[in-house]
Amino acid sequence: MPLVEIRAVDKAFQRDSERVEIFTRLNLDIEEGSFTALMGPSGSGKSTLLNLVAGLDRPTSGSVRVAGAEVSAMSPNQLAPWRARHIGFVFQQLNLLPVLTAWQNVELPLLLTSLSRRERDERIRLALGVVGLEDRMKHFPRQLSGGQEQRVAIARAIVADPTLVLLDEPTGQLDAKSSQDVLALLSRLNDEFKKTIIMVTHDAHAAASARTVLHLEKGQLIERQGAMA
Amino acid sequence: MKYLHLVLANLGRHKRRTLLTIASVALALFLFASLRTVVTTLAAAAQFGSARRLVSTNATGIVFPLPLSYANKLQATPGVEAVSWANWFGGRYGDNKRFFAQFAVDPASYLEMYPEISLPEDQKQAFIRERSSAIIGRRLVDIFGWKLGQDVTIQGTIYPGDWTFTIRGIYTPTDAVINDDMMLFQHEYLEERTGRPGQAGWYVLRIDDGDQSASIAKGIDDQFRNSNAATKTGTEQAFNASFATMWGNVSLLMGTIGMAVVFAILLVTANAMMMSARERTREVAVLKTIGFTDRTLFGLVMVEAGLIAGIGAVLGLGGAKLLYKSTNFNAGGFLPGFDVTTSTLLIGAGVTLLLMLASGLVPAVRAARLPVVQALRRVE
Repeated sequence: MPLVEIRAVDKAFQRDSERVEIFTRLNLDIEEGSFTALMGPSGSGKSTLLNLVAGLDRPTSGSVRVAGAEVSAMSPNQLAPWRARHIGFVFQQLNLLPVLTAWQNVELPLLLTSLSRRERDERIRLALGVVGLEDRMKHFPRQLSGGQEQRVAIARAIVADPTLVLLDEPTGQLDAKSSQDVLALLSRLNDEFKKTIIMVTHDAHAAASARTVLHLEKGQLIERQGAMA
Repeated sequence: MKYLHLVLANLGRHKRRTLLTIASVALALFLFASLRTVVTTLAAAAQFGSARRLVSTNATGIVFPLPLSYANKLQATPGVEAVSWANWFGGRYGDNKRFFAQFAVDPASYLEMYPEISLPEDQKQAFIRERSSAIIGRRLVDIFGWKLGQDVTIQGTIYPGDWTFTIRGIYTPTDAVINDDMMLFQHEYLEERTGRPGQAGWYVLRIDDGDQSASIAKGIDDQFRNSNAATKTGTEQAFNASFATMWGNVSLLMGTIGMAVVFAILLVTANAMMMSARERTREVAVLKTIGFTDRTLFGLVMVEAGLIAGIGAVLGLGGAKLLYKSTNFNAGGFLPGFDVTTSTLLIGAGVTLLLMLASGLVPAVRAARLPVVQALRRVE
């Protein structure tokens, strides 16, 4: 059974008097333990698809199921704790709260759990270790490079051991070296820690790190590589 | 408690703005407490007075004297137990930077009439014995450093010339509403120096039954109705209240200004809080993505607003209470017993709560209702 099941999803926005169709009857399966890159031009609906999977947005019609839960049918009050348990999200930029240190930023998802202070500390240390930033724990975001900020954001995304890690253009603002580091880290998370990853990207080089690459264009999945429905 | 560091970090985001916001709340509540204390002090002064004390003044006006010969007639009036009298002196001391009231009184009867003016028996007897003696309130000792036995010269204004008195007693009021910065000296000394004997500014009478005050006062006024100096008699409380009503509009003004100041600061604080919340739209969206619930985010913003208002209140209300208490402030003798009351502190706490709600609710609701996708798109 796929980890993510998207069935007959329509998504439309109202822009002034115009109705903009993003998806029409979109179907997609994402298997557990996969690393999927979602490519496509601007406005093709890549980020919208990611938002639907994370329960940040709702489809106009159709169904989005993640780990057996009907995300598209959940109320906002149900979605928040569900996201805390199942989703780790990384944006293109401005992921971190500037007033908190790397350590405190990574701790945020754990504040929503019942873990003790000691357990939280262990998890944070482990997550920052995985992304190679043990020596930047007490640094504020302004004291970190762009690549380091993204790695802290990834540490925060994995610290609560979510079912799914979603990344929206995680290398979009990074230089080549930092991009390479982040992509290598994502591959490691997938290979070594068996994390299921969906990454939206414009960059073919970044997409090459994934095991599966999907192309979205005009609301349709028009090109497919790897295993999918 | 595990979110406290998040709240504190947000407060520390713009330290100067947070400090200025707290300072403005503190100032608003300090002013509120101060202005309301003026009102409560005036109200307390208006209510001061024994039910068994009457005051007789000249019916034409308090600035006109009454014959001292009325004393015996008043004493003989049914229901009257004791009679005393006093005159306003209105002198100046030194450079007149610090005003204090001086009264010429009949020492024995006046101190017997006012047991609230407490001083050691030997000092009391010295005051009664010695014609040019005076007693002073304890505050004047603190202000001028005067000592027992010291000669003090006052420049007369109503009664011109230099008037030298020997301090023979230092009193302490047992009721906060009585000024602790008065000087009392012998009425006979005033008569002797001016060469105008036989005049009293007003009379104070003690009656045997407070419930009969109205009929006794009427009896006194009837007695002198057709004389050259008709009297106007009333309870001491009504007499004090008549002075307080002169401040009536001032009290209203104080109350109005107080509320206007609080309201103005409220707007400033609310604006600062909302500005702070608007700046964090992206961060709120990130927190929601992580899984923070609307309720948690609402609570975090409200706690932030509560901390700003609470710290401001502690500084403002606590500062007013401690400052006036520690400096024994009485507005140069015009507001004896000036002290921030418990009721003022409680109302101030209520104002603080309103301030917190008014400044925190809008940004808190905005944070709770923020649609994540639109917020992220708007900022990007």
